[in-house]
Amino acid sequence: MSAQPLLEVQEARVRFGEVTALDGVTLAIGAGECIGLVGHNGAGKSTIVNVINGGLTPQEGQILGDGAPIEKYGIAAARSRGLRCVFQELSLCPNLTVVENTRLMHRGLLGGIGWRKEARRVIQTALDAVFPRHGIDPDRQVVSLSIAQRQMVEIAMAFSDAGIAPQIVILDEPTSSLDSGLAAQLLAHVRHFTGNGGAVILISHILDEILTTSDRIVVMKDGRIVAERSAGGFTQATLVDAMGSATKTVAARTRSAATGPEVLAFAPPRGLAFRATKGEVIGLAGLGGHGQTDMLLALYDKASPNWWPARNPAVTFVAGDRQLNGVFALWSILRNMTVASLPDLSRRGVVDRDAEVTRAADWKRRIEIRTPDMNNPILSLSGGNQQKVLFARSLSTRAPVVLMDDPMRGVDIGTKREVYEMIRSEAEAGRTFVWYSTEMDEIALCDRVYVFSEGAIVAELVGDDVTENAVLAASFQGAA
Amino acid sequence: MRWLSADAMRLAVPALALVALLVGIFWMQPRAMSYNGFNLLFNLAVPIALATLGQMMIMAVNDLDLSMGTFVSFVACVTATFLQSDPLIGVLILLAAIATYAVIGVVIHLRQLPSIVVTLGMSFVWGGLAVLILPAPGGSAPGWIRAIMISKPPLVPMAIIASIIIAAVAHLIVMRSSFGVLVRGVGGNARSVQRAGWSIIAARAGAYAMAATFAVAAGIALVGLTTSADANIALRYTLLSIAGVILGGGEFIGGRVSAIGAVIGALTLTLAGSFLSFLRISSDWQIGAQGMILIAVLGLRLLLNRFEVKRS
Repeated sequence: MSAQPLLEVQEARVRFGEVTALDGVTLAIGAGECIGLVGHNGAGKSTIVNVINGGLTPQEGQILGDGAPIEKYGIAAARSRGLRCVFQELSLCPNLTVVENTRLMHRGLLGGIGWRKEARRVIQTALDAVFPRHGIDPDRQVVSLSIAQRQMVEIAMAFSDAGIAPQIVILDEPTSSLDSGLAAQLLAHVRHFTGNGGAVILISHILDEILTTSDRIVVMKDGRIVAERSAGGFTQATLVDAMGSATKTVAARTRSAATGPEVLAFAPPRGLAFRATKGEVIGLAGLGGHGQTDMLLALYDKASPNWWPARNPAVTFVAGDRQLNGVFALWSILRNMTVASLPDLSRRGVVDRDAEVTRAADWKRRIEIRTPDMNNPILSLSGGNQQKVLFARSLSTRAPVVLMDDPMRGVDIGTKREVYEMIRSEAEAGRTFVWYSTEMDEIALCDRVYVFSEGAIVAELVGDDVTENAVLAASFQGAA
Repeated sequence: MRWLSADAMRLAVPALALVALLVGIFWMQPRAMSYNGFNLLFNLAVPIALATLGQMMIMAVNDLDLSMGTFVSFVACVTATFLQSDPLIGVLILLAAIATYAVIGVVIHLRQLPSIVVTLGMSFVWGGLAVLILPAPGGSAPGWIRAIMISKPPLVPMAIIASIIIAAVAHLIVMRSSFGVLVRGVGGNARSVQRAGWSIIAARAGAYAMAATFAVAAGIALVGLTTSADANIALRYTLLSIAGVILGGGEFIGGRVSAIGAVIGALTLTLAGSFLSFLRISSDWQIGAQGMILIAVLGLRLLLNRFEVKRS
């Protein structure tokens, strides 16, 4: 490693409202090194990546290039320094061809007549270099490529040279859609690239890749760097330990094995089958976006009729993304709460206003929604209280199964406690909860936990086996 | 099916529909199969094709323009009055109109407004201006555009030549140029285009200005055919242009558009009207029947889309 780092982030702090995403992170990227970046969901990996690529300006801290502070660091400045980024989600334009995408990614470098020929040469060279024998026709539309091919194109795009040579390449979960052969090609290219003086930041949940490819491993947790050592200083086990929390809160579980009658069963095409019995609290764990939400939606579709609502609903759903599929933003608190149980509150197709008000008042008291008037608009409530309304909406139905899509995101700890207790008591009364959560504390409250990886259930943990380490080990080992 | 790209397949449906309609017309009225016949069949398609291309530019950035019809009417009124009497003022008015479109595109983007609402509002503005310029039907076409529109080149009628040239030019701009790639990229994945360092605002302003340019050409061509204008001359164009884009293989969102498809779509729509007249369907039922043809073609598209999804 040379004396002067290519790029250095010093004491970066980023806050989104109340949430601190980065809490004083210092990271230096030197020429010729591959940095492995690991951590949980919400540990701050994506935030630091966004700071480095110029998409996000930290509230505090500075960014140094070649030892000197850079004023007005932004996307353009980052790109002109040869910084490239492969994002987790698809960042190509699906309606354009590979060549046209190359044109867009290299602004101002490939202009003029004949840019198509030039762009084709650039991307073809990069594809050939990273993935020999890739078999991708650059004149094809991205939408007609397979997921793996799209990812190959994106990666090749980052390593392509159209005037400004790539210096620092950030790869965020680059192998998630690649098979092992392609992944090996990529990792070989990463080593080749760093060998020639480039720098790579590799983010992956496949610890094996991190351990074998990177020179230095940085572990993040809660917006901070908690460990930083050369790759040789870690083993798979110590790495998992470093990511996890040292203090594990042990929640008291009152029930053990599930023995009640089965209320829901589902056999997905891959992985273990899902089943739930009466009165159970089932957790869906694993890294975020590994198929838990899809599973919840599949369960909901399976249990509810397509055309006409059933008289007795079988399942109810608590949304995690309030804006997307939770609240009716223009409606009152009352309407938002009762919308799921209107058939119960109606007589001959007409909603009974008095019954509606009584029901809402009852739940306002039980779940302690802090508002002077239930007729206030839902958006007058804080996020946590909005979430309580969504809970009340689901719990006030007669459905025996409640599906929860990580509903506690961004909810304060006090509200969480109240809701945990409510879930507990409802479960005692015979309701079944299927709970997707990205927070370990919540998973620990569950009777039984399914761990997800790559869109399938890879492990089932029961009772006292539900520990953070067990969940982590299962979600990482399933992927490796 | 590797030999047919997804785009070619999308183009095949409107092309086949066009051929089917033509065959139907020739079967019923063989005399239409002549130089004059072709000219009459496709004459009115030229301004519709231009308006469709304008709409296509807007749809390429995931917006929708509900003021297309009144804007073309406005341009027609300007053409039949100012452009004919004081060409300089006429040109300035049209340039200002194009600039206004660019500003609308910027405002829609900056304020995150729904384009449908903004352009619906603008449609009243354009309609009002058109009535101010030409309170009663009248005016006259500038000599040069009249000369172009009624010219009779040897062998191939003007309407066909014009359609081909328009399609070729639009294809060059939208599908081949860097600008076109940028506009479609904004429709496809604006975030990544922005991450690559482009200005989305400029791209949108450009797309809107280009749309207005096509619409201005549509208005001028229309006056060249009709020799006079009135404030409501092109009201139908709003929906015809949207239908033409969709018929030609475009999508409402995702930046999937095709210039050649849009022109073919416009031709198909025009022919559908003539086809129904040849069938001697009473004019009371014609609009409904035209709708049925549209639904049939779009249904076919849907089937092919499913096929496409299954393949990938």
